[in-house]
Amino acid sequence: MKNISFLVAGVGGQGTLLASDILAEVGMEAGYDVKKSDVLGLAVRGGSVLSHVRWGEKVASPVVRKGDMDYLLAFEPLEAMRGVEFLHPKSIVLCNTKAMPPITVSGGSEVYPTHEQVIRVLQSAAATVHFVDASAEAERLGNLKVANVVMLGAFSTLLDVPRKTWEGVVLSRIPQKYVALNQNAFHTGCTVVKRSQLS
Amino acid sequence: MNKVLLSGNEAIARGAYEAGVQIATGYPGTPSSEILATIAKKYKDEIYAEWSTNEKVAMDVAAGAAYSGRRTMVTAKQVGMNVLSDALLYTVYTGIEAGLVVITADDPGMFSSQNEQDNRWYAKLAKIPLLEPADSQEAKDFVVLGIGLSEEFDTPVLIRTTMRVSHSKSIVLEGERPSVPQEVGPFVRNQEKYVCTAMWAKKRHPVVEQRLVNLARYAEDAPFNHVEWAEHSLGIIASGVTYMYAREVFPQASFLKLGMTFPLPEELIRSFADGVEKLIVIEELDPFLEEQIRAMGINVIGKEIFPPYDELLPDTLTQLGLESGLIDEAKGMTHSVTVPTELPARTPVLCAGCPHRSTYYWLNKMKMPVAGDIGCYNLGCLPPFNAQHTMGCMGASVGVLHGMSIAGVPEHAVATIGDSTFFHSGMPALLNMVHNQSRGVVIIMDNGSTAMTGHQDNPGTDWTLQGKDAPHVEFEPLVRAMGVEKVLTVNAFDIGEVESGLNECLAYDGPSVLITEGLCAQLDRTPKPSYMVNPDKCIACGACLKLGCPAIVKADKVDEKTGNPKAEIDPGLCVGCDICRQVCPVEAIQISKDRETQGDR
Ligand code: SF4
Ligand code: SF4
Repeated sequence: MKNISFLVAGVGGQGTLLASDILAEVGMEAGYDVKKSDVLGLAVRGGSVLSHVRWGEKVASPVVRKGDMDYLLAFEPLEAMRGVEFLHPKSIVLCNTKAMPPITVSGGSEVYPTHEQVIRVLQSAAATVHFVDASAEAERLGNLKVANVVMLGAFSTLLDVPRKTWEGVVLSRIPQKYVALNQNAFHTGCTVVKRSQLS
Repeated sequence: MNKVLLSGNEAIARGAYEAGVQIATGYPGTPSSEILATIAKKYKDEIYAEWSTNEKVAMDVAAGAAYSGRRTMVTAKQVGMNVLSDALLYTVYTGIEAGLVVITADDPGMFSSQNEQDNRWYAKLAKIPLLEPADSQEAKDFVVLGIGLSEEFDTPVLIRTTMRVSHSKSIVLEGERPSVPQEVGPFVRNQEKYVCTAMWAKKRHPVVEQRLVNLARYAEDAPFNHVEWAEHSLGIIASGVTYMYAREVFPQASFLKLGMTFPLPEELIRSFADGVEKLIVIEELDPFLEEQIRAMGINVIGKEIFPPYDELLPDTLTQLGLESGLIDEAKGMTHSVTVPTELPARTPVLCAGCPHRSTYYWLNKMKMPVAGDIGCYNLGCLPPFNAQHTMGCMGASVGVLHGMSIAGVPEHAVATIGDSTFFHSGMPALLNMVHNQSRGVVIIMDNGSTAMTGHQDNPGTDWTLQGKDAPHVEFEPLVRAMGVEKVLTVNAFDIGEVESGLNECLAYDGPSVLITEGLCAQLDRTPKPSYMVNPDKCIACGACLKLGCPAIVKADKVDEKTGNPKAEIDPGLCVGCDICRQVCPVEAIQISKDRETQGDR
């Protein structure tokens, strides 16, 4: 069993840590040894959040070397760009398209990269790049907060783990009254990535 | 056996459960805070847990509990150990009646600390055993082991994690909790052991030294120190998570993995050294192992190659391994892509609706020197405020302010300190200002919790860690009782009140206290309407942008006369704190009719 390494990137408060927790647990349920590493603390106040998740037969280091990440799951385009130095030419990227400009852009003088720049950088760094407008899908479902579950649904279609295992882990973390909503969000995610592959 | 995925901190909490710990104390601090939070949440019925007012108090409480026959754990972040150490050192002499472990969560890489210090030295200084777990399974197991060692050798035991151990998750096999007594007997009266007065303590010192000799003997065949033989050309000694990194970067090397890093197993190290051609030590921060091994007369390389600062992540180890010729080529490493464009930074900011914003807004405008302290409000040192000119350690601001005052700094100076930090160590410094008749304004920024580390309770909250009711200590009478005559309390969300309060205190010739009250935006759950900028009224003056609220952004629309961008409010981020409306000179900011914030972010 070869190690599989994932980079999960997002902005503090976006549910990035919950998503990487779920990803790690799915690996465990699928029979892998699993490790993951987060940076917490003040970073959670709107800073960049990067999580490393690894599945394998026996995983030693919780932190992955640059150039060793097989997958990038990004909740925000700018954070996806920050993550490309971890990728290798065969990496697969799934990126939410909704931009969240940092205060250095909104209140300061720095410039947020254009959508074309984002596409160019990600495509030159990885083998396959999928974009999903998870925030729009979440809004359509009536709750912005499920954007990360939409992303996870989409991401699940890129991996060889039964959908049942994914749903089991995702839903076990959701309070009873939100189960249906999150199940919907997960299904939506599963279908959007198929659409983005076709186009 | 149950298989679960736990962070190092959650695993330590589980370890406390499986070790029969009954009392756990500490003071919050990254990366240690989740240990007690987990205990309070998951093992509430078995383990009493409290946030003490500071780490020294936590350690004294732990000593009292362990003297009384309860297995006990204390937690601190790396710099918290500095505060805790005074109390730790006497427990080394007294020993305990039931197991006592101290957890120090270090921070190589300085993710949330003011310095990078290696707390392994505390074990050597105090002469107590030191355990260093490398992952969550070990984190759990070492607590159980630590309690055992503590009772077997009658000593407190230090367990040291680092941020990567505390905050990484890995698989843990859960065990059972042993049966522990529900009641304790009468307190032991053993003065020669527990009263550290010189005449008795003097007799305890040789006991401490002999204990270390016994521990070193034990370390020789302790299960957690072991050799993994591979090629004999390179031998690596490592501990903690650094061992995990090194395993991956040097797969051919032989390893001596140390779980107990003080006292060291000299014979084991010697035989490992004899079995390899080249011996290196890989350790983050100080040459703690290296110096001791060299002192044994063993030839070893360490800090020559691996610097004494920052983390030694697999990337760094690979690079240093290549540079020093330890690896010929980065095996299995693919080249990494460089990010082509300069990306805008995403630094942490005070939340939308943060009660600290109004204070830093004025401190920036009034331009006086500000002695800062530890908490979210430390973000006041960054743009757009730039209104904090010193920051050192917990509680330092008040003492530094007094120092500035007696040094004769010509400007009126100010200290900013949070509610929990004030209780932690600001109080003695304020008493000092009163007693020595200082001048200066201490601003107590009371946001109703210990926000930065995760909203823990403190004496100013009316709940405890375990959710019990607690008396809410009021600042104004407290500070008055301490002898401060000029005390004002203002609403942090009223810009005018903060300004006039500050001015009144600044004019006072003596020590004064300004209490800015306002609940942390993360705790405030009352739904309030969100705000909007009326683009027809906005004159693009930038006043509201100077508040650094993440909800206020530059709009695409510009002012025709100046060409400056107008302001805009993101309705999804605004929590309706009203501050921006108050600073707008032309009343362009108003409550947005079509959207209410939910207050349930
Ligand atoms: S968590 Fe509370 S105190 Fe900290 S920045 Fe946010 S609102 Fe301010
Ligand atoms: S009212 Fe103004 S300052 Fe307060 S959160 Fe909303 S935009 Fe920010």
